[in-house]
Amino acid sequence: MKVLNTLTPSEIMQNKRSLRADLLAQEGLLSKKIAVLSGSTIGEIKNIFELFLLDEGIRPEFWVGGFDRYYEDVVFENNALKTFSPDVVYLHISTINIKQLPSPSDTPENVKNMLQSAFDRIKQVLLKIKQDYGCPVVVNNFEPLPYRLFGNSDVYRISGRLHFLNKLNELLSDYARQNEDCHINDINYLSAVYGLKHWADPKYWYLYKYALNPDAIPLLAQNLSAITKSIFGKNKKALALDLDNTLWGGVIGDDGAENILVGGETPAGMAYADFQRYIKALSEMGVLLTVCSKNDPEISKTGFGVPGSILKADDFLEFVANWQDKASNLEMIAKSVNILPESIVLADDNPAERELVTQALPKVETPELTDPAGFITALDAGAYFEATAFSAEDAKRGEYYKKDKLRVQEQSSFQNYGEYLKSLGMRARLSAFENISRIAQLINKTNQFNLTTIRMTEGEVQAAVQDPDVITISAQLSDKFGDNGIVSALIADTNGGKAAIRLWVMSCRVFERNLEFAVFDKLVCQCKSRGVDAITGQYFPTARNGYVKDLFSKLGFKQTSETDWEYPVPRDYRNKNNVIGV
Amino acid sequence: MTEEQIKSEVQDVFRRVFGDDTLAVTQKTTQDDIEAWDSLEHINILSIIEQKYGVKFDLNEVMEIKTAGDIMNIVSRKVNK
Repeated sequence: MKVLNTLTPSEIMQNKRSLRADLLAQEGLLSKKIAVLSGSTIGEIKNIFELFLLDEGIRPEFWVGGFDRYYEDVVFENNALKTFSPDVVYLHISTINIKQLPSPSDTPENVKNMLQSAFDRIKQVLLKIKQDYGCPVVVNNFEPLPYRLFGNSDVYRISGRLHFLNKLNELLSDYARQNEDCHINDINYLSAVYGLKHWADPKYWYLYKYALNPDAIPLLAQNLSAITKSIFGKNKKALALDLDNTLWGGVIGDDGAENILVGGETPAGMAYADFQRYIKALSEMGVLLTVCSKNDPEISKTGFGVPGSILKADDFLEFVANWQDKASNLEMIAKSVNILPESIVLADDNPAERELVTQALPKVETPELTDPAGFITALDAGAYFEATAFSAEDAKRGEYYKKDKLRVQEQSSFQNYGEYLKSLGMRARLSAFENISRIAQLINKTNQFNLTTIRMTEGEVQAAVQDPDVITISAQLSDKFGDNGIVSALIADTNGGKAAIRLWVMSCRVFERNLEFAVFDKLVCQCKSRGVDAITGQYFPTARNGYVKDLFSKLGFKQTSETDWEYPVPRDYRNKNNVIGV
Repeated sequence: MTEEQIKSEVQDVFRRVFGDDTLAVTQKTTQDDIEAWDSLEHINILSIIEQKYGVKFDLNEVMEIKTAGDIMNIVSRKVNK
């Protein structure tokens, strides 16, 4: 459970010193370098942003630009920032930074030019960041002004300022859609959630040059940290759902399926149906759904057969309804889906169950669901599934996992594991990296099959592809149950007669399928064609990558130091993979 | 609310903000007395006080607040009006 979720903004601001000390004491923090560039006072924003990042397991090191120097800090030579070499840049700009807003007397032509020049200035900064630092950039969009010159028609008149700001936000959105390393911190939305009148109270600008009410800083910082943790692969993966009074109103075991509240015209029935619709949509984003309920398994399934139920029993990857404690059930679900328990969010209306899970599994998030009318916003506010990248692969993830279950069933009908693998009719497509965003996602999300735990931005992945001295191999695996998508990536740097494996990751969905042999065969083949006769690799153990500790010895490498391994490529190398067609 | 109550609550805010449980805050405490009380923390303290008492300080009021005593007095004025 994240600490800050339970505190009010004012409590966070008051207790920041003690909170910081507590959060810094956590183990296993991921270090990241973050450049914060200013369009207005950064002040406390950096400090509170740090707290929220620490709460997500990220320990930031900051470089803060000069006051209102966001443009100059980027566009002109900046050795300090180059030396700092940021992992992500945050551009704290807002409506205050727009040099010129339309006046009622401006012609459409004037307004058009104004819009273009306002956008060009930002675009120039974004492109320069991309060019100089190649790292993801997070940029605020623009909040509405707290007044409307034309009144309501400010939103549609060409010279209306609200119309202008909406247009500008649209241009920025278009840019972000086309540039995957650009992420918008949507303060246009945040200011509405907070209350624009208070967010944009100009008092704070006049007094301190703050572009927002200092009381809104925690909200801003939380939103920023949600984006940042998503960029660095720290999103949650699965949602475990309680049933009674969470997905429907009533207790199915006592009331019977015909009496539970979901759908129909009752207020509670409508609320539960809407919550189910929201969850269904989450699953289309790639969030894995499971049931985790204290219930009779057969009776509870009948709840998804009633006409008002949006979700169906087969929408769930795991359907766990029994009388055991939920913490053990969540651990079992995690094991079965092959993810870490901390990647699961538990949606449960019962505070006692949430408390028990928090005690046993402190890293599992358990948002407070108290009023069915507020379930959606309670879950949404956690930003557990913040989608900084969203690909066709994500949309299919639930399907992938369902097919995995079929494979497991199939496996039990074979005595011999090798026979089972052959029966799958696997085919691998091995190539240099093509789908950069999926590869970056895989590199940044994989914890188990990950030798060096190096993380890379899309820009860095792109640079590796273009470097003639670098071998990149990605693997897409399909079998008789369907396509698994891109599931493994390897980068090796060649130098002289040697190739050093910089990183190698594989999705846990395809463990124990001999895909590592197919990828290694491909690497050897690439090495031979480049005249490379030795491959070196490193394994840095972490709390999570024990799975690959024997990988190098399995492939025939000799250990040369605690972390280093070497493999002389034999002239008569024989392919190690014999179960996957390539 | 009594002056004593407000003084004790304002002191409590200062103690949390500066992470010092022994900090003694009086009417006369100024930015010179607390090393970490810079303009950034000044803004935080005012924002926290506004939230805590559900009051708003306008532009002119903020500009007049210089000491801990000023904070206690304005809170007392607003809360007890």
